[in-house]
Amino acid sequence: MAIFSLWVINKAGGLVYQRSFADGLAALTSNEYLVLAGTLHGIHAITSRLSPIGSSSGVQVIEGETFKMNILLTVTGTKFVLITSIKDPTADSVLQKVYDIYADAVMKNPFHTPEMPIRSEGFDSRIGTLIGTGQT
Amino acid sequence: MAYTQPHPRLSVVSNSSHSSVDHLSPTTTSRFSLPSVPSLHSSITTTKPGPNRPNIYDRPLNKTRSAEVSASAFAFLFSEVVQYTQKRVSGINDLERQLNTLGYRLGTRALELMVWRAEGSSKAPKRELKLLSVLMMVHTQVWKAVFGKGADALERSVENPDEYMIIDNDPLIERHISVPRDMSQLSCSSFTAGIVEAVLDGLSFPARVTSHNTPTVQYPNRTTILIKLEKSVLEREELLK
Repeated sequence: MAIFSLWVINKAGGLVYQRSFADGLAALTSNEYLVLAGTLHGIHAITSRLSPIGSSSGVQVIEGETFKMNILLTVTGTKFVLITSIKDPTADSVLQKVYDIYADAVMKNPFHTPEMPIRSEGFDSRIGTLIGTGQT
Repeated sequence: MAYTQPHPRLSVVSNSSHSSVDHLSPTTTSRFSLPSVPSLHSSITTTKPGPNRPNIYDRPLNKTRSAEVSASAFAFLFSEVVQYTQKRVSGINDLERQLNTLGYRLGTRALELMVWRAEGSSKAPKRELKLLSVLMMVHTQVWKAVFGKGADALERSVENPDEYMIIDNDPLIERHISVPRDMSQLSCSSFTAGIVEAVLDGLSFPARVTSHNTPTVQYPNRTTILIKLEKSVLEREELLK
């Protein structure tokens, strides 16, 4: 029951925010995070065309042996990725709340440039209070 | 027989409606045959605001007294205002001055509306003449009219007798704004300062109003609106005593 990490990927596939919470996953270099985010963006785009009957969303959950990635795609193409432990039941609601905070603290902040890395104290502190140390 | 009782009635209603339709349809077809006349009519009715939708200037101002604007929509608008202004200025002081000017334009209108409403609603509308009551009015009524709640404190400077401070612990317009570190002096509440300056000017209490960030641990967005009154105001205040 833990939240390991939160990413925000912009609509071009660039990683604009990455923050780790609980220990449990090995830290990657920032370059590796960027590559992983870009790859995930591509996978998401292709999986959305995979459905045999009509249109479908892209991949929403990717599971490993000790973690799972929960992906929320917004209508504007921004993706929120939450890496949690396998049994974490809160991932969906946390992702929705992250989206709420993003809409408030990032999009309504005049000093944020769209599609650029998020450097906003308000976002940081509100994510901090939402997820805390990552242990639920 | 209970069933047959309403049935003929229904049929009567349907008959009448049917006949009315029959009655209407020739007129409509005749209208279609004469396109110029109905089109003239319809153009008149569309250009004229109907009785249900009066012109915005004709709407009663008191009806919107308790109307509220979506805080989210305003936050987006204000964010765009700041971005627009930021592109057209050089430096933080310039940006604050521009925001102040924009707020001033809002303040003159807000004061006019507040005074108008006060005159309409109270039997003995009163114009504030004393400095303290004017400041109290700004602190409570103006804040309520503009932000929906009163400001948190009104203080007098210890060092300078011509300086007063209105303190807002969590200013509505800055709720979603995080100022980057390299612009940390910037206070977007300069907009509010402009509103206050306009209200004071309008009541003949000319002053220079600025805004400053005074964060505390509990209220990271706490903002002080500093009012520096002109000399003439204090001199007049002495005479009124």
